[in-house]
Amino acid sequence: MSETDRPFEPRIVAFFCTWCTYTAADLAGISRMQYAPNVRAIRLMCSGRVDPQFVLAAFRDGADGVLIGGCHPGDCHYQEGNVNALRRFELLRRMLRDFGIEEGRVRLEWISAAEGDKVQRVCNEMTERVRALGPLRLEPGPRRRVGVGVVPVGAAEAAAGPAAGEASEPVGVLETEGREAR
Amino acid sequence: MPEGGLNPKAVSTDGGPRIGVYVCHCGLNIAGKVDVKAVVEFAASLPHVTVARDYKFMCSDPGQELIQQDLRDGLVNRVVVASCSPLMHEATFRRATAAGGESPSHVQMASIREHVSWVTADGDDATEKAKALVAGAVRRVALHEVLEPRQSPVRPDVMVVGGGIAGIHAALTLADAGKHVYLVERETTIGGHMAKFDKTFPTLDCAACILTPKMSAVRTHPNITLWTYSDVVSVEGYAGDFRVRVRHRPRYVREDLCTGCLACIDACVHKQGKFEDEWNEGLSKRKPIYIPFPQATPPVVVVDREACIWFKTGKCPRTCVDACERDAFDFEQTETFDEVEVGAIILATGYRTFDASRMPEYGYGLYPNVYTSLEVERLLNAAGPTNGEIVLRDGSRPRTVGIIHCVGSRDAKHNLWCSKVCCMYSLKLAHMVKERIGAEVYNFYIDMRTPGKGYEEFYDKVLREGVHMVRGRVAGVTDEAASPEEEGHLVIRAEDTLIGSVRRIPVDMVILAVGIEPQPDAQEVRRLFNVSCGSEGFFTERHPKLAPVSTFTDGIFLAGACQGPKDIPDSVAQAGAAAAEALAMIDRGHVTLESSTAFIDDAACSGCKTCVGLCPFGAIAFDEDRKKAAVNEVVCKGCGICVGACPSGAAQQHLFTDAQILSEIEGVLEYV
Ligand SMILES: Cc1cc2nc3c(=O)[nH]c(=O)nc-3n(C[C@H](O)[C@H](O)[C@H](O)COP(=O)(O)OP(=O)(O)OC[C@H]3O[C@@H](n4cnc5c(N)ncnc54)[C@H](O)[C@@H]3O)c2cc1C
Ligand code: SF4
Ligand code: SF4
Ligand code: FES
Repeated sequence: MSETDRPFEPRIVAFFCTWCTYTAADLAGISRMQYAPNVRAIRLMCSGRVDPQFVLAAFRDGADGVLIGGCHPGDCHYQEGNVNALRRFELLRRMLRDFGIEEGRVRLEWISAAEGDKVQRVCNEMTERVRALGPLRLEPGPRRRVGVGVVPVGAAEAAAGPAAGEASEPVGVLETEGREAR
Repeated sequence: MPEGGLNPKAVSTDGGPRIGVYVCHCGLNIAGKVDVKAVVEFAASLPHVTVARDYKFMCSDPGQELIQQDLRDGLVNRVVVASCSPLMHEATFRRATAAGGESPSHVQMASIREHVSWVTADGDDATEKAKALVAGAVRRVALHEVLEPRQSPVRPDVMVVGGGIAGIHAALTLADAGKHVYLVERETTIGGHMAKFDKTFPTLDCAACILTPKMSAVRTHPNITLWTYSDVVSVEGYAGDFRVRVRHRPRYVREDLCTGCLACIDACVHKQGKFEDEWNEGLSKRKPIYIPFPQATPPVVVVDREACIWFKTGKCPRTCVDACERDAFDFEQTETFDEVEVGAIILATGYRTFDASRMPEYGYGLYPNVYTSLEVERLLNAAGPTNGEIVLRDGSRPRTVGIIHCVGSRDAKHNLWCSKVCCMYSLKLAHMVKERIGAEVYNFYIDMRTPGKGYEEFYDKVLREGVHMVRGRVAGVTDEAASPEEEGHLVIRAEDTLIGSVRRIPVDMVILAVGIEPQPDAQEVRRLFNVSCGSEGFFTERHPKLAPVSTFTDGIFLAGACQGPKDIPDSVAQAGAAAAEALAMIDRGHVTLESSTAFIDDAACSGCKTCVGLCPFGAIAFDEDRKKAAVNEVVCKGCGICVGACPSGAAQQHLFTDAQILSEIEGVLEYV
């Protein structure tokens, strides 16, 4: 479906740590809490794994918003991953400002394994906030939609086991500056 | 031919990724919302996907067999299962894939149940979201590396934390199976709450008669090291190999010498008890040197440093020391520490009761004749402050007693949960009060909850004994008389929902059936052992039905009321289950370690050392000669913190490499 024949639906990528927020999202499911379908959660072991590069890549690849979820301060399964996440998030916000990406498009939330209702609330709020901001239009540079792991069938053999390096190849202005800005 | 169909696409013939996508209906849990056929069709169109199928229950044997057959036939070498959460079944599908001859790391799950069908109102939206998650999984699994599961041996010893009935039972079960157990109890004696009761519902067997033999069995068991007055200060390591540091507080009496003759207590210069006796809920006074109750285990006295004249002034004839024939006193004792290595840990730290003064309308702390249930348990206990006599604080016998159920429980202002044991223990107290002193007893309840073997029958018995049951929430307790017959009594005001009016019932004694709460330090204990708590503070089990005694931290198990309100039979059953889980782990001999550890691409490492300082576990060493960092994979817990921070992209994490995550990002965004 092309983007023009239906109303704007924000696309939000979420990075959830497996111990708290991803578990909370499971709990929201088990409790049948309904929420906006716009958020796609990617499971990481800890919010401390979130590399600002991921957030930039998500925007580059067409996300209109990015949500990061981790354990409450003091509750990180690895003691202090969320502290690192918070520190990097502050840097990230500054970086995004430089790219002209509105602050409201990123959000960091502490959601414990018991807070299924918070997953529901945050996903709904985030969706509405990003909906109000409208689609992200990145300038300059086109959205890049083909990347790692996508190899036309038939060419698969040639690309057997795509190299890890492929992903971190600078793609457009975002990524390069992103790395330097840290 | 199973449900779903073979992807029409040609099968790759060499080592490139050949991905099989298996979409689960989960009965109607997924298929009732998500158009699974559309997801299969979509999956089939994705790069490298050679097979896409759907099936009613992927986790069932035939479901797993579908995957294995495709693997054996060489149709696929990577597996995406779109079904429930990976937290639920990732292990299942990894096993199935390994059984099909492929590396278990070649599996990725897309959670289209918890994250899609169960949370999305609209079917089309759900189908689109499911497709996006499948695309993300397909993209990422194409890049998964081959990892063989790493195994690590399991140490045979177990630590049990908390010596209530749950901890005692778990320790004895393990010790009887030949495992060495370290039982750590922070009080001076084991026994927990049960040791305070006189009788236990519903059988009314004497608590001491069934508990004391178990307590002495713990003390004398050759396989149990009992550490009382001790607590855990640090826990390191992982399932199968925990290093636990335990602190022992000084009793100022040597445990190896004291025989519990109690001569010293008689000899103390304090002729009378002067200090609040915690064991008796403050209903009596004890001396600075004391033993909580006669059968305390170990039967060793303890000196209360805050109360002892010697410690306070340095001047005391220390008649206690002279009285001891065993020379057991040691006023120089200090804290000591032990460090032990165990394979598994069972948490059995129990509960505390609701603080009744948080509900001032019931007058606890204001009217001396308002008691908590725990206080009355002590009054009823033959070894308690009144030698089992039910008397008020002025020494008189109550002629009417009101028992208020659900104090602090099922109450939006306090605790939402039902404490599960209060109805039954309130009936027990009603029966015992009536039997001992023939008082009129009124039980004020909201709902009478008596599920359990013999429990409803116990209720019937108490009813037949003539205990009055008033159904309705109690508004308050007051000493203001509204009529001459209320004069000199406490008045319980309650709505009687059965007769539809408000009643005032004058009584001599009020018993508050205080609810069950998490321990006050549950949060600290949880952090220490790296387990999680629900929002109310009880420890969270791995799965409420299928893994009720496991936690999300491998090798740490739960027993008893620390996991939620429980009576003694349930606590014991759970303790047995926790012991069995620990045994299963130990006897298997090994645990499978975290596969998602970090590694460093030597060539890319710039030697900046960012990662070294960030690792919370000190798993990264820096080679100063070569100026390169290296991860110790045994110590690494696989959080990825170092990876997220490495400015050179040199630090990577197995199954969470930058490339894999970036592909997943592209995938979840691409096809919507
Ligand atoms: C008034 C009352 C009456 C009851 N009557 C009955 C009855 O008749 N029948 C029945 O079946 N049930 C009854 N119950 C319920 C019963 O008390 C519980 O089911 C049972 O005590 C639970 O045992 P446990 O071992 O899990 O916890 P606990 O008995 O609370 O024991 C926990 C132990 O762990 C220790 N501990 C706590 N934290 C730490 C730590 N960090 N480190 C080391 N040690 C620690 C504590 O000191 C304690 O010894 C009653 C409850 C109440 C409140
Ligand atoms: S952070 Fe990266 S570059 Fe720096 S020392 Fe660690 S691995 Fe090497
Ligand atoms: S992933 Fe990195 S930071 Fe985390 S434990 Fe392993 S080496 Fe340490
Ligand atoms: S594990 Fe949840 S934030 Fe670290």
